[in-house]
Formats: sequence, structure tokens, C-alpha cells
Amino acid sequence: MNTSPGVYGRKVGNTQIFTDDGNVKRVTVIEAGPITVIGKRTKERDGYNALIFGFGERKEKHTTKPLAGQYAAEKGLFKEANTKAKRTVKELRCDDEFYGKFEIGAVLKLEEIFKEGELIDAQGLTRGRGFTGVMKRWGFSGFPATHGTHEYRRHGGSIGTNMTPGRTLPNVKMGGQYGNETVSTLNLKVVKIIADKHLLLIEGGTPGSKGGLVLIRQAVKKKGKRKAI
Amino acid sequence: MDTNPIITELEKTLLRTDSLPDFRVGDTVRVHYKIVEGDKDRIQVFQGVVLKRHRAGARSTFTVRKISFSIGVERVFLSHSPRIDKVEIVARGIVRRARLLYLRDLEGKAARVRDKKDN
Repeated sequence: MNTSPGVYGRKVGNTQIFTDDGNVKRVTVIEAGPITVIGKRTKERDGYNALIFGFGERKEKHTTKPLAGQYAAEKGLFKEANTKAKRTVKELRCDDEFYGKFEIGAVLKLEEIFKEGELIDAQGLTRGRGFTGVMKRWGFSGFPATHGTHEYRRHGGSIGTNMTPGRTLPNVKMGGQYGNETVSTLNLKVVKIIADKHLLLIEGGTPGSKGGLVLIRQAVKKKGKRKAI
Repeated sequence: MDTNPIITELEKTLLRTDSLPDFRVGDTVRVHYKIVEGDKDRIQVFQGVVLKRHRAGARSTFTVRKISFSIGVERVFLSHSPRIDKVEIVARGIVRRARLLYLRDLEGKAARVRDKKDN
């Protein structure tokens, strides 16, 4: 399991920026924060260590009582962290070092978690495309538009052989639900951190739609890591 | 589609501080472009007709076409790139389109743009 330090954020969109040497980098802008640690899962109580992050605004009246701490004062998340109600509340299971760094109520600083030029993994929920045919879902070529093709233009063709084995093999590519799944893109680079606006600029694209939740963590499969073992 | 205000704000910081002269489609320009070779950089000049301007804030570009040894060469420059040292206007052209893509199909004398003589 990936337990490296990370943050949750919202994908703002894509643009390009100029680097110092005048080149252009295509970036995804992630708004991550300000993130408050509003609680902790502990090994003794919950069986695992995790930080609970909260960010974004939410009106008090839209907050459920267990979260707001009105129902049970000593257990309510926002009351304990002494913050306003947060829109997004997410847990992050992380290693002891990162876990130990923060107390409840602490506000994360992006520049302390990531460095510019560092490799990260981005995880998000891809845009849902619904039930999709093989051309869109798997990139099949379809069939000719002319030359007598009869009601068979976006089909996938054969899905197997006849007598042997007499059945369609598992995992043959067909139409079906496409998108709306959690996808991680590994080894993207942090181009820039704009700490005062809580923005992360990441080279390349991240999964998900604009406004979608993205988990940014330090890369698990950094190049050269395997050699060290 | 509207750009997200956060991105608009971010792109504002990328705009060049020394604005380029107000050249238009059809003008002949000399683009002084910095080229980095190792740790040295030199300036290369690219002269030609502006085919199109794509106006999109920090992502703006313009395309310059020239004929080099009888071969048409087009180059797209990012207007706000720090690599562009300066742009000189050599001649103002009179054109009736926003995109001069028809120049690609013309050769020789036909592929000229009428000049605007000052006054």
C-alpha cells in the first residue's frame, strides 16, 4: 500500500507555463487546501494510522451532527479540530513519520510536503462515459463506411473461434461501462508550488474532471528505487 | 467556455512585461528569437508574413510564414515566451482576412501581400 505523504485536492484545470529557460510546460492545476488535519485514526482505537483531512467550505447547516460535533461534543470532528465546517473530509493512511508530524488542528503546508521537480502519483475518478462501444472504449477501428458494409460499422468483429474451445474466452474486449473508475497516473512531476494560493502545478494530465477530487502522493515507483533494494 | 478564475489569475503572472508591438495579420515582421546552445544563447531572426494570430491571453501565439530557398517555412511563436527578444514590424500589409491560409497555395508573385505605405 502506498503510505507516502500526500494531500487531497481539487483539479482546477489545465494550462501551460513558461519555465526559467523559456520552455513551455503543460500543467494541471490542483487546488490543494488549505487542508486542516481535523482528526486522526489511531492504531489502538481504529486498528490503523491515518490522518483525516478537511478542506473547502461547507455551511454549518449542511453539516451532519456527528461531523459538526453538536451531537457528541467530544467526538465531533470539526469541534475537536476547532475549525469551521469543511466540505470534503478524507482519510489518508500514511507512514508513521508523516503521521507523527501533525497534531489535530494543524494546517498542511504544501511546500513542506512536496518539492518542485519531485515525482508524484495522482489518483482520481475518471470521467464517466457510461455504456460505451468498443471503438471508444478499446480503440477498435470499426468497419468501412462504404463498400457494402451493412449495419456493421462500429462493431468489434469476431469474439472467438467455433468448436475449439467452443466458448468465448474471458476478458475479450467488448462494450460496457467506461470511465467512472479510480485511476492512478504514476510519476508525474511537480512543476511549481504556489504556497500562498495552495496550488500545485503538475506536469501532464491527472485523471478526473475539473473540480474532481485528486489524491496527490509522493511517487511509489520512483526510478532507481528498485536498484537500492 | 469560461476559464476558471484561478487559472486566469495564474496566467496573468505569465504575461510578458514588455509588450510586443501591435502587429497584425498580413504584416511582415522580424522576430528576434533566443536560441540556447549549451550554456550560450544567441539570437536568430525569422522574417516573414504573419499568417494568423491566436489571441488567448498567456497562451497566445502567432504564425509567421517565409519562403526559405523556395520552400515555405511556417513557425508558430508563443507571444509571451521569454525566448522572444523583440519583434520588429517591417511592413504593414493590407489584408481582408483574419487568417491568411490561402498564401500556402500561392507561389511567387501571387503570394505577396499588398503593402500599406504610410500616409
